[in-house]
Amino acid sequence: MKFGVVVFPGSNCDQDCFYVIKDVLKKPVRYIWHQDIDLDGLDCVILPGGFSYGDYLRTGAIARFSPLMKSIAGFTRKGGSVIGICNGFQILLEAGLLPGVMLRNRGLHFICRYVYIKTENNDTRFTGFYNAGQILKIPIAHNEGNYYIDASGLKELRDNNQIVFRYCSDSGEVSERFNPNGALDNIAGIINKKGNILGMMPHPERSSEKGLGSEDGYFIFKSVVNFLEKKRA
Amino acid sequence: MLRAQIYITLKRTVADPQGLTLKHALESLGYKDLADVRMGKLVVIKLNFQDKKRAQQQIDQMCKKLLANPIIEDYHFTIEEQ
Repeated sequence: MKFGVVVFPGSNCDQDCFYVIKDVLKKPVRYIWHQDIDLDGLDCVILPGGFSYGDYLRTGAIARFSPLMKSIAGFTRKGGSVIGICNGFQILLEAGLLPGVMLRNRGLHFICRYVYIKTENNDTRFTGFYNAGQILKIPIAHNEGNYYIDASGLKELRDNNQIVFRYCSDSGEVSERFNPNGALDNIAGIINKKGNILGMMPHPERSSEKGLGSEDGYFIFKSVVNFLEKKRA
Repeated sequence: MLRAQIYITLKRTVADPQGLTLKHALESLGYKDLADVRMGKLVVIKLNFQDKKRAQQQIDQMCKKLLANPIIEDYHFTIEEQ
């Protein structure tokens, strides 16, 4: 199995993702330049965090038009796994691969700190290693993480169990008090209906080793590996 | 040459934290009589042709495809000869 990490002009979490896959997870991985269109041989593509195209117009709005994004849409139609982290999540929203949109944080501040998120759906290929309701300590670092979707869209997300992570307290209380950015319904991460595209604002690649304060994020990648190995067996 | 001015604003139903912050700042300057402040974007595009109808169609497409996000934003535009 092989991972790919996308590099847009302005991506800045690409090396962290690459490092975690190669040196912590110990799986093969290669970079994919945003003008490449070749995803052959890849099983999981990671859209990393950063400020692709300087966040011009709207976050993720320009990255969506890079040649690579067409390949990624095809890749997902064939069942390939995609993880969008932070800016990667924003790009997936702008590209229409996930529903909804990001607004500026409620308090207008860039927020960079650890948060707690609750695993609302552990029956996905990205969360299989977590227990139902497991609370994860994972950092966020963003200015536009205020997730928004209209009422019918939110209902659809709920009905299809597409809300994967929600911001919560260290004991798992999901409420406004523990909502860092104003995200609707405390949403921190969602998955598409088909279940092969995950978007999340928190950074699992920054919390994949105990020495860095938390390894809770590591199991996102580990879950994908487990899923792919089972599929292959 | 035609000159299009495109105004992109957050929908009424979407919270506008920047507008709210501006409102507070203006109030602290003594402008106490403000009902609401909303912020948006202005895009100016110059077109290398004169056909206004064609310009309207193209600008509208540009807004739908890229310039505005229909989930949260509204847009309107004016087109003038230069």
